[in-house]
Amino acid sequence: MNRLIKFVVLDIIKNRTILGYTLLLAIFSWSVFGLEDNATKGVLTLLNIMLLIVPLVSIIFSTIYIYNSSEFIDLMVSQPVKRNKIWTSLFIGLSISQILAFVVGVGIPLLLFAPLNIALSMISVGCMISVIFIAIAFLACAITHDKSKGIGVSIMLWLYFALLFDGLVLFLLFQFADYPIEHFMIGITMLSPIDMARILILLQLNVSALLGHTGAIFTDFFGTIIGTFISTFVLCLWAIIPFYLSLRMFNKKDL
Amino acid sequence: MDRIKQVIDKTKRQTMLSLFSIVFAFIANGKTLTVGQNKQYKTIHKAIKFAVAFDTIEIHEGLYKEGNIVVDKSLYIKGINKPVLDGEKKYEVVSVKSNFTTIDGLVVQHSGYATLDDPGGIKVYDSHHVTIINNVLLDNFFGIYIQYGQHCIVKNNTIEAFGIEEQQIGNGIHCWKSDSLQIIGNKITGHRDGIYFEFVTGTIIWRNISFNNLRYGLHFMVSNDDAYIGNILKNNGAGVAVMFSKRIKMINNYFSDNWGDAAYGLLLKEISDGYIFNNRFSSNTSGIFMEGTSRINVENNSFYNNGWGMKIQASCMENNIINNNFKNNTFDVSTNGSLVLNVFNKNYWDKYEGYDLNKDNIGDVAYHPLSLFSIIVENNASVMLLYQSFFAMLLDKSEKVIPSLTPTNFIDEQPLMHPILL
Repeated sequence: MNRLIKFVVLDIIKNRTILGYTLLLAIFSWSVFGLEDNATKGVLTLLNIMLLIVPLVSIIFSTIYIYNSSEFIDLMVSQPVKRNKIWTSLFIGLSISQILAFVVGVGIPLLLFAPLNIALSMISVGCMISVIFIAIAFLACAITHDKSKGIGVSIMLWLYFALLFDGLVLFLLFQFADYPIEHFMIGITMLSPIDMARILILLQLNVSALLGHTGAIFTDFFGTIIGTFISTFVLCLWAIIPFYLSLRMFNKKDL
Repeated sequence: MDRIKQVIDKTKRQTMLSLFSIVFAFIANGKTLTVGQNKQYKTIHKAIKFAVAFDTIEIHEGLYKEGNIVVDKSLYIKGINKPVLDGEKKYEVVSVKSNFTTIDGLVVQHSGYATLDDPGGIKVYDSHHVTIINNVLLDNFFGIYIQYGQHCIVKNNTIEAFGIEEQQIGNGIHCWKSDSLQIIGNKITGHRDGIYFEFVTGTIIWRNISFNNLRYGLHFMVSNDDAYIGNILKNNGAGVAVMFSKRIKMINNYFSDNWGDAAYGLLLKEISDGYIFNNRFSSNTSGIFMEGTSRINVENNSFYNNGWGMKIQASCMENNIINNNFKNNTFDVSTNGSLVLNVFNKNYWDKYEGYDLNKDNIGDVAYHPLSLFSIIVENNASVMLLYQSFFAMLLDKSEKVIPSLTPTNFIDEQPLMHPILL
């Protein structure tokens, strides 16, 4: 399995796309911190970019990569290697390369310019987001055999998490404006990893005061050890569940 | 009639003059009584007892625990090398009940705590021309308390307390039903309100520093015709609150870091005819919050790095917001209604994206300072959950291109292209 992972990682690194992605992230991050004199503002801008681009690249790149490796997968399946191992190695290989790209591109400027605790949580949340959207890509790939359909599903999923879900939240907030739904909203945000990541970071910045009453309730929850544990756990679930589902489908799939 | 009036005026002037000469004569003749370990008097009480009006009492270095000291004669009480007067957490320390009294250079500490008669470090009762200068007040319930005072001067005092809860600590400088006071150059920290005014008129507050107070740095209630100029208000629960007052002038002040839930740089509630000129609002949750405010001119102020530059509730009318700089605020302006009765003109907005073809420094396209997201947030505060999300950004961008939900007349007709130099 280790050899398989190594092979996948090397294959991806040889593929120039991931280098381009790293460069893109690096240019964004350095220019953001170069232009903004205020570190908090820089972090906010970077957060915006991060929550838009990282999921998009993770999901699209992984989808295309998996479809392109279909011959490689077919070849491996014909070898005495378990399907579990093939699928998992692909997942781990992709995750390692995406995390590497993210840490090199965004992590270094963050560590240099932002306060340490914020930088560290941004990096860890970014890595989680990368892995989560790779897992979702795996699910999209396992669902359909058709490449164009699979990419379509991935793009729709990204659109849903990046945009439509927020629209839904807005709708809910207005429909239930007369009810105390703040605690309920904590549960709702857990349904979108992007929203959860954004709020987790916002609560650590001093702009959290702008969030007012709702922000205070969120701080009360996410500020505690149990809250931190739960939020990390939920983010992990977001990576584990889609991947596990895709794994089951892949195992039963007629290639 | 005029002739009679002139005569009366003349006699009045003469009486005043003769009164002054009497006063000067007394001052010239006053003796000096010294208080201290090896001095003429051992206790302050005794010195006051033997003093006559317009004497000087010099209190030398040392710790004096004499309970409540009542100054009921016009005395000049001067501390030499900062003598310490201690109220042992039981008594009001110094009570001034006489006109023309000066308290200079004392350290007053540990006044009692009582919610019924509000003991202070130094409290002035029904007196005029009292001067309180160069004192240090530590850990008192109220620092300096003036009730029914006229023409009093509170200058260069350092007032410090260590309050934790609002209801267990009084105000730094508390003025009640007074007129023509001068509050100058004091440094106040750790009280409930730094400076509190209730029914105070014709007063100036100049060059004070009020920081880390629990509630407001400076608080006006039902006080008319006052001015505060050149004060620094930093890190308070809210910088300044002006409520139910008329004709307050607010000039050259610095409001900063009043940050937190429900914190304001300047809170205006039910006030009218004020003038807000050349202040700097920096890093406050809301720079100015206006409610029921009318006929206020807001000119030449800078709003930098605030959550909201200005929050103007729909209950405000006829306010002019002219020639201000708005930079780096999360939201420059927000309002909760669609009715716009205030004027914005010639302000600089860093978010303005228009052009200036004739190069007269005035943008050719009117600017809508309201963002759609800020309006939605004003209607439903929980929506702030979507702050910094792609969705909120998209909403704002589409609204900028085709304004449909924000009030169309909430505009700056002549936005400036470059910030005003302030």
